[in-house]
Amino acid sequence: MTAVSMTVNGQIVSADIDPRTLLVQFLREQLRLTGTHVGCDTSQCGCCVVHVNGDALKSCTTLALTCDGAQIVTIEGLATGDVLHPMQAAFRENHGLQCGFCTPGMIMTAVELVRRKGANLDEHTIREELEGNLCRCTGYHNIVKAIAAGAQAMGAAAE
Amino acid sequence: MYEFAYHRPGSVSEAVSLAGDHADGKLLAGGQTLLPTMKQRLAGPSDLIDLSRIDDLRGISVKDGVVTIKALTRHVTVATSPEVKAAIPALAALAGMIGDPAVRNKGTIGGSVANNDPAADYPSACLALGATITTNKRAIKADDFFQGMFETALEEGEIITSISFPVADKANYQKFRNPASRYALVGVFVAKVGAHVRVAVTGAGSRGVFRVADFEAALEASFTPAALDGLAVPASGLNSDIHADAEYRAHLITVMAKRAVAAAA
Repeated sequence: MTAVSMTVNGQIVSADIDPRTLLVQFLREQLRLTGTHVGCDTSQCGCCVVHVNGDALKSCTTLALTCDGAQIVTIEGLATGDVLHPMQAAFRENHGLQCGFCTPGMIMTAVELVRRKGANLDEHTIREELEGNLCRCTGYHNIVKAIAAGAQAMGAAAE
Repeated sequence: MYEFAYHRPGSVSEAVSLAGDHADGKLLAGGQTLLPTMKQRLAGPSDLIDLSRIDDLRGISVKDGVVTIKALTRHVTVATSPEVKAAIPALAALAGMIGDPAVRNKGTIGGSVANNDPAADYPSACLALGATITTNKRAIKADDFFQGMFETALEEGEIITSISFPVADKANYQKFRNPASRYALVGVFVAKVGAHVRVAVTGAGSRGVFRVADFEAALEASFTPAALDGLAVPASGLNSDIHADAEYRAHLITVMAKRAVAAAA
């Protein structure tokens, strides 16, 4: 067992873990933050995307120990109290989910995308950037609409 | 995953020493290939030496017509670097085609080159641009570095510290993706420096990345797509799988090489 410490959604957490522990296992099984999902477990589907020091990463393909000292944000860390993050609100408004399994990863990917490429995102850019996030329900159409709207809302909120 | 002992050195020398102490250990860079391989129990290193805290191994510099990228520089950094985009746009574009955004946020150039996956993108850029791979011990020419599928000139415990790419007059990379995995079924990197042309192919060869001497000679005579008319790499020695048989890959190599020349010219 090896000691690890990181900040998750603003709270410092420490634990002794098996070095094999993946970040997603640490989040779900140790911290019980089960909003981050495991879909494929082979870094294809993106259901496990979280932010590590601001970067969207696949937490199924990241060792928890590598994140020692890092700042982690999961889907649970986006809302402010009962007020949804603008990207979460946009997914609801635009019917950007059906079963909801991929949604946490979609939203974490989208939020980082806006930080990297700004609030004015065209459809082509959004679809390209979703290369690493799979949805088996929606056909993506409303996800793309939701991200475009969420990006605008994030831009407006930042002004 | 099989059990391993975890180490997190703070310097290259410490990492080299750890690697020397643990002959069955593995170096962990971004882990975007190694960790999935370990999860599938295709690899079971006794020790994992996590290089992520060696800040000396990050950064990009351009000097005297050479782009030097340190080993732990991530794909996203290369893809978006103004220096790389200005000096070798094809290299930045290639980095932006690897994996997906989350993979590019973690995967590193050194990890890709050291692993020498037969479908990896970077080895083709190294070979076509005539890169030099620098390790803690020596400098290795790309022509000597890639030695077969997952095989390189790296010795036990040797660590890549940087990769240097001479700036080309013209260069382009064209990738025909597997529609599911998005790995290169065939990727062709073409580079022209003065009168010299180098063509490197990834994804297709059963021994990994390789150069195509016939294409290079034809393109040195005339750097046009038409110069490759009637030329083809023999299908023998190319990968054949459910996604593409060797004949199809051979066909694609000429097609992608022509596209690369058209885009570079």
